[in-house]
Amino acid sequence: MIKKLNRRQFLKSTGLASGTLVLGVQFSPLMAKHHGEIQFSPDVFVSMDGTGQVTIISHRSEMGQGIRSTLPLLVADELEADWNRVTVKQALGDAKYGSQNTDGSRSVRKNFQKLKEAGAIMRTMLQQAAAQVWSVPVDQVRIEHHQAHHKDEALDFKELVKIASKLKVPERDTLKLKTAAEQKYVGKPDMALLDGADIVTGKAVFGYDVQLDDMKTAVIARPPVVFGTVKSVDDSETLKVPGVVKVVQLPALTPPALFKMLGGVAVIAENTWAAIEGRKKLNIEWNHGSNSSYSTNDHEAVFIKALENPKEVVRSRGDVEQAKANATKTIEADYHVAGLAHATMEPPAATARITGDRVEVWACTQTPQASQRNVMGTLEIPQENAANVEINVTLLGGGFGRKSKPDFVAEAAYLAHQTKMPIKVLWTREDEIKHGYYHSPSYQQLKGTLDENNRVTSWYHAMVNHPISSTFDPTAKLAGSTDLGQGDMMFDVPNIKIALGETDTFMRIGWVRSVTNINNVFAASSFVDEMAHAAGKDSKDFLLELIGDDRIEDFSKDGFEYSNYGEPAEQYPAETSRLKNVIQLAAKEANWGEKLPEGTGMGIAAWRSFLSYIAVVIKVSTNGNQVKIEDVHMAVDAGQLLNPDRVKSQMEGSLIFGASLAFYGEITAKDGIIEQGNFDDYQMTRINQIPDVHVHLVNSTAIPTGVGEPGLPPVAPALCNAIFAANGQRHRRLPLKDLRLV
Amino acid sequence: MTELKINGQLTQLEVSEDMPLLWALRDVAKLTGSKYGCGKGICGACTVHIDGQPMRSCITPMSYAKGKSVTTIEGLSEQGDHPVQQAWQNLNVAQCGYCQSGQIMSAVALLENNPNPSDEDINGAMAGNICRCGTYPRIRAAIKQAAKLKQADEGAQS
Ligand code: FES
Ligand code: FES
Repeated sequence: MIKKLNRRQFLKSTGLASGTLVLGVQFSPLMAKHHGEIQFSPDVFVSMDGTGQVTIISHRSEMGQGIRSTLPLLVADELEADWNRVTVKQALGDAKYGSQNTDGSRSVRKNFQKLKEAGAIMRTMLQQAAAQVWSVPVDQVRIEHHQAHHKDEALDFKELVKIASKLKVPERDTLKLKTAAEQKYVGKPDMALLDGADIVTGKAVFGYDVQLDDMKTAVIARPPVVFGTVKSVDDSETLKVPGVVKVVQLPALTPPALFKMLGGVAVIAENTWAAIEGRKKLNIEWNHGSNSSYSTNDHEAVFIKALENPKEVVRSRGDVEQAKANATKTIEADYHVAGLAHATMEPPAATARITGDRVEVWACTQTPQASQRNVMGTLEIPQENAANVEINVTLLGGGFGRKSKPDFVAEAAYLAHQTKMPIKVLWTREDEIKHGYYHSPSYQQLKGTLDENNRVTSWYHAMVNHPISSTFDPTAKLAGSTDLGQGDMMFDVPNIKIALGETDTFMRIGWVRSVTNINNVFAASSFVDEMAHAAGKDSKDFLLELIGDDRIEDFSKDGFEYSNYGEPAEQYPAETSRLKNVIQLAAKEANWGEKLPEGTGMGIAAWRSFLSYIAVVIKVSTNGNQVKIEDVHMAVDAGQLLNPDRVKSQMEGSLIFGASLAFYGEITAKDGIIEQGNFDDYQMTRINQIPDVHVHLVNSTAIPTGVGEPGLPPVAPALCNAIFAANGQRHRRLPLKDLRLV
Repeated sequence: MTELKINGQLTQLEVSEDMPLLWALRDVAKLTGSKYGCGKGICGACTVHIDGQPMRSCITPMSYAKGKSVTTIEGLSEQGDHPVQQAWQNLNVAQCGYCQSGQIMSAVALLENNPNPSDEDINGAMAGNICRCGTYPRIRAAIKQAAKLKQADEGAQS
């Protein structure tokens, strides 16, 4: 039985102060206290001091996915550390840790091996040290719970540190790693959150909370239209606001947008309120620039035309035209998903202080290394001086991809440089909604055919959106990304055509949790349900039949260059058996097929994304235009689960994120200006609209994969399929503006 | 100079009276546990208690808070062991944690008025607090657990 870590007691017992308001100890490596002289650090991820206290580095950003509560377990477990004698320290941005880019649901799969090895290296060296002390062969020393044992003798790690630190670091291929059954922390269902106590006492430090001596706060009036510029600015009324210190104009943004600053006018003040009030009083005339020609509504016609004339076929099998000519039934449907903003609960925030050549930054960033590069680019700091730019990562009040785009970090660095003062840049909610890197609106066309036995003979899926690549290359026009939820479909159909259309882009486009899986899987999984209905078959049975036999999907046979989330197909194959298994599990747990009252229905959807397999079954009841989510079952196969409680919480979160986007998610522009601005016109679901979410975990021995994103794609289609089952109404446009979630 | 009680301590803050309490707490009193989410009273991240009542500090001017008693998440309990704080930790409610100060302050106020809330009571009292990460099911469960912990505490004291 693993005792839950009570961080408060643990900090007390180790004599470390609990998180403080001013840059809590857990975030500032410089302030980390070492007990005893010795520092034993055979690997960048783990060190031990003379008291046997272990420090494990968390090099990925914590944004609610639980990574700080998960990755350190791997090290501690291999080390056989007493979890109560472990401190987790957040890493600075530093290439020595490998990539720290916390997105793409890849922190677990990219790191689990090297973190296990880090723990095993230290454990092996302590074991060798004990063997020396006792003059016995190494294999007679057993390491357990912060101690070495031989017969009935025992030595605490603290008594071995000094000797161990002088030994040669073992080669990685000589290490003996634990099996899953031998693990004590990894995979246990009741591990407490590392930052749980700090969060419930208000001590946790987010980007918004950073406080430095003599720091000023900045809010920025950014050009309402991307690539717009300041024509003129009158700041006389602003400077009269008590507390306003200064007004600074930022350089105009030129294409490509990248992660550069948007430009505009910054108001620097003694406190946030003065900065906000000062900004209201700025009198700015803007040059809106060419993107002001764009309005979301008007662009619909362009999208639809582009959808009818796709420019590129990315996956092709057989002949869909021929299949249509031979078909008994043809089904066609167009789908639309609106643009989306991240709406992280904490808007972007960054603090910068410049002393001589040294730039220190504290930010809620998903990517300290890209933040570092961005600061260097902004301040024209040459590569050889990278070490002068120190990026401290705070906790993130949500990320969802927004905080992997460090434009806000560049703003803080620029303003600190211009004003020679420590500056905290805060984005208000309006700033966050109006100046995002949006999930693009998209239009999709699905066509399918059935033969006389109601078997699917062809599948056509065309999609058009503003591609993310346009943020980096303004000439990019081809829709993206087909790898996420479109080209990667795992249906056993003899004739397949997957195509992409082209269009121009007029705003910054970025990745939002699960990226184009959101729209692609909505369209594809809704369409499967439409075909099931046309075939007169049960939706779940039809889906299983469409996936077909157990096999490993080889996309290259259809000429499709599938990226497989950057991983080799041999290691992470697309296995239909795993997809079918989660479908069956979710369906069984949801009691699929039970007789439901009038107006009530169940819907199902499933997809493999980010190398994980997720199925969702949702039960809704409807009454006129009112929809109530009655019950939710989600089944997850994400390989070996390192922290099952955090896997569950990610599924719960995905359901709620999905319900928000299905009912409310819509970002629109008029004359290039985003029309939404806060939670009143960009709404979120509330507690009263969300039932309990039942999550069913597959006990898998496959390589662990991520869970931050893959829960989301099947949610909206499962919901719309449920609504169809309940009242026969098919919804092909998100958000569901004519429905009301109650 | 505006005088008010913050977490039991008489405090004088040098702020203009139209400054919302949230910014006075965060920027002047340096209590950053109360969070900014919307600035418009629609997300609940900034919830504090004023004379025992849950209020949105982002739309409460200092002129109103003046002379009153304000409790923030930092002052909810001395040891961080209020039953609501305990239940929140027992059930690992938080994801990113950013909304949770506000959630907890709303939950505490609910239990003050209703020691044994039903799901519906909880939904009604907590609907003003957005959690973008989606911790709603655990919030419901934690409030029910906190209700039990609280009753056990009170039973033990009487
Ligand atoms: S910040 Fe006060 S209610 Fe949102
Ligand atoms: S826990 Fe992240 S917003 Fe609620």
